[in-house]
Amino acid sequence: MISLADFLIVSAALFCIGLFMVVSKSNAIQILIGIELMLNAAILNLVAFGKYDRLNNGGQLFALFAIVLAAATTAVALAIILNVYRRYKTIDPNKVDKLRDE
Amino acid sequence: MNLVQILFYVMAFITLASAIFVAVSKTLVRSIFMFFITLFALAGLYVLALADFVAITQIVIYVGGILVLILFAFMLSGRETLDALQKQKNQFISANKVAALFLAAIFFIVLLNMVLKVDADHLPWITNAIKTNNVITPTSTTTDNIGINLMTRYLLPFEAISILLMMALVGAAHLSRKEQTL
Repeated sequence: MISLADFLIVSAALFCIGLFMVVSKSNAIQILIGIELMLNAAILNLVAFGKYDRLNNGGQLFALFAIVLAAATTAVALAIILNVYRRYKTIDPNKVDKLRDE
Repeated sequence: MNLVQILFYVMAFITLASAIFVAVSKTLVRSIFMFFITLFALAGLYVLALADFVAITQIVIYVGGILVLILFAFMLSGRETLDALQKQKNQFISANKVAALFLAAIFFIVLLNMVLKVDADHLPWITNAIKTNNVITPTSTTTDNIGINLMTRYLLPFEAISILLMMALVGAAHLSRKEQTL
């Protein structure tokens, strides 16, 4: 069978690609995709370790909860991005630098 | 090297290659559609980790829900974002990108070092699980067990997350509604 180390290496690479996107992109939607990649790397780890818990399904259920949490955060984050776009006419996080109303 | 391992390496390659494409692609729409591929390949990896229910959930929620949501947000935010993306094309290697690449590479080295040092296949609880036959095998049915566990052992987190999901959706609807008075 596939060893756990293989899964861990794949998820580490995925996490680092997500980190690269979060740091380097200047578009809020692409940063959100980077966060999703990092979340997916974590979920891959949970699922890989969940193989060794047949009775309680700890890893797989935690992965399901993480997927639902990711959906909730994405919905709220996209609503915030739309609001920011409506107010600033840009979604570049570097240009959104005012806390008060215009 | 059996078929499962070959499939694992193919899936891992597709996942990482499409993720790298998502990261370096200049056009946002193309990177969103490549993100589809990444998520599908990740679902394949979940199947190879013997978690078929999680794989189906991944496809239903991520591909059916989150990506469509991202596409909607992209379409609603108009041309401005496209123009901002076009401007990046001139400066292919900027200082920002080099710093990000450096950070990601350093982090990857740290993670890789940790993975190789921890020797995950021989952790005490994993050898214990193998000894007590608490391992999911390719022939065991996991979905029934997940349903039973969700309604007994994990009932409180299940209810809590349902309330949280409702709060998040109501909040998202409230945030994205048009304001009458600004």
